[in-house]
Amino acid sequence: MRFDDEPLIPGEALPVLPGHVSPGRLERVLRAGAFAVTAEIAPPDSADPNEVYERAALFDGYVDAMNATDGSGANCHMSSVGMCSLLTRRGYAMVMQVSARDRNRIAIQGDVLGAAAMGVFNILCLTGDGVDVGDHPEAKPVFDVDGLSMLEMLRTMRDESRFLSGRKLTVPPRVFLGAAANPFAPPLDYRPHRLAKKIAAGAQFIQTQYCFDVDRFREYMKVVRDHGLHEQAFLLPGVGPLASAKSAEWIRSNVPGVHIPDRVIERLKGAADQAQEGISLCVDLIAELSEIDGVHGVHIMAFRQEHRVAEIVERSNVLGDRVPWHPGLTLENGK
Amino acid sequence: MYRMRAWSVQHAQTLMKLYDGLEWLLEKARPLIRWIGYDRVDRPLAVVERLTKGVLVDSQNCGQCILSYTGLSCPMNCPKKMRNGPCGGVRPDGTCEVEPHMNCVWVQAWEGNKRLHEEDYPIQVVQPPVDHRLIGHSAWLREIRRDETGRVRQNAL
Repeated sequence: MRFDDEPLIPGEALPVLPGHVSPGRLERVLRAGAFAVTAEIAPPDSADPNEVYERAALFDGYVDAMNATDGSGANCHMSSVGMCSLLTRRGYAMVMQVSARDRNRIAIQGDVLGAAAMGVFNILCLTGDGVDVGDHPEAKPVFDVDGLSMLEMLRTMRDESRFLSGRKLTVPPRVFLGAAANPFAPPLDYRPHRLAKKIAAGAQFIQTQYCFDVDRFREYMKVVRDHGLHEQAFLLPGVGPLASAKSAEWIRSNVPGVHIPDRVIERLKGAADQAQEGISLCVDLIAELSEIDGVHGVHIMAFRQEHRVAEIVERSNVLGDRVPWHPGLTLENGK
Repeated sequence: MYRMRAWSVQHAQTLMKLYDGLEWLLEKARPLIRWIGYDRVDRPLAVVERLTKGVLVDSQNCGQCILSYTGLSCPMNCPKKMRNGPCGGVRPDGTCEVEPHMNCVWVQAWEGNKRLHEEDYPIQVVQPPVDHRLIGHSAWLREIRRDETGRVRQNAL
C-alpha cells in the first residue's frame, strides 16, 4: 500500500493529514478504515544490524507496523530505541514500546523526542513486567511513572509542546499514542473502565494481551461499545500461534496475564501436528475477532514463530488485496 | 498485615468519616501550626501519620496520599508502584503477579470504589507520577497547607 504523497526517501515522514496527529503509516491505515495488521518483532541478543533487518524482512508485505519490544518479560535484548533506529532507516513503520520498568521520566521523554526525530511515529506506553520474572531479577525496578501517566505525559509533549516539567519544546513529537489492555485479567468488570481511563489519558490505539477466549472478548467488547470506546480508539486484539499443547500449558501457568481456556489446549492435544494446529487456531481466531464490531485490526505476537506470520496473515485473508508498504514495494504491486 | 488492609478497605466509609473529623481538627489547629511553622510540624505529624495509616492500611508514606481515590487501598504497596489502576498481570484469583501471596491492591481498590460510589468512580481520575521529594513527609499537612496556597484540595486521609 503506497500513499499518493509518498516521500522520496524511505523513512521520511508522510504529510500529516487533517485530523491526524502523526505522519505515520499506521495512523493512515487505521483512519482510512482498513483492517490493520501489526506484529511484534523479536529484538536479537546481538549487536548485528543484519539480524534485525532479516527479522523485519519476514513481515514484508504482511504487516502495517512492527512493534519493537522493550525488554519484554523483563529479559534483556537489543533496545526498542535501537531496533527503531535501524528499521526506520529502511522506512518501516515502527511502534516503539516504552516500558516504565527501566526508565524514569527524564529518560522516557528524551527517548521519545529522539525516536520521533528518527521517524518513529507510534509509541506504545507500557508499565512493563516486574523484574522478578526476567533474567535479571536482582535489577532495580524503576517504575517512576506508570503506563497511564506516561500516556498523559507524552500527550502533553505532543499537544502542548512541553515537557512534564513545563519547559517548552521547539518542535513536539508527532506520535500516535498506544496502550495495552488485558480484557482477561481480574477485576474483569473493571477492564472496560480501565480502557476508558487509558483513552482519557491519551491512548489512540490499543493492542491487547493474547486473546484465546473469544467469548469473553465479545463480552468485553459489548461493554466497550456500550460506552462508545470503540469510536474513541482503534482496537487491535492480540493473537499468536501456540507451538503445542504443552507450551500452551506452560504459558498459562508461567506468563502473567495470559488466559488460555481448556478447550484451546484440548484442540491442540487432539491434533496430529500440534504446531500446524496452532497456526490454524490462530487463523481461526483472527477470523472470529475480525468480525466483532469495534475491532480495527489484529496484533500478532508470534514468539519464536515469526517466520510463520506471513502464512497466518495470508490464510486469514484479512488484508484482502491490500499489500502493506515494505522496502521493496513498487508502484505496480502496491495498491 | 494483609488482614488489616482488607479490614480497612471493608470499613472505608467509617474511616473516611474519622478522617473528616481529623481534618476538622487540623483545620482548627491551623493558626497554631502556622505559628509553630509548617516545616517544624511536618516531622512529628509525619510520624503520627505513619503510625496510624501504617497500621490501618499499610501506608507507604508517599506524602501525596490518594487513598480517597482508591477505596483506602494504598497503591504504593503495588510492586510496580502503579498509581492508576491494575496492570494486566493480575492472577485469576485476584492476587498479585509479582507477589502471589498478596491480593492485588487495585482489585481491592476497585471493590472499594464500587462499595463507596455508584458511578463517577474516583479510581478513574488520572493521577500524575509520584513527586519523589514528598516521600516521607506528612500528606495531612500538605492538604491544609494547600488550602493556603489556594489550590484544589485532594483529601489526603
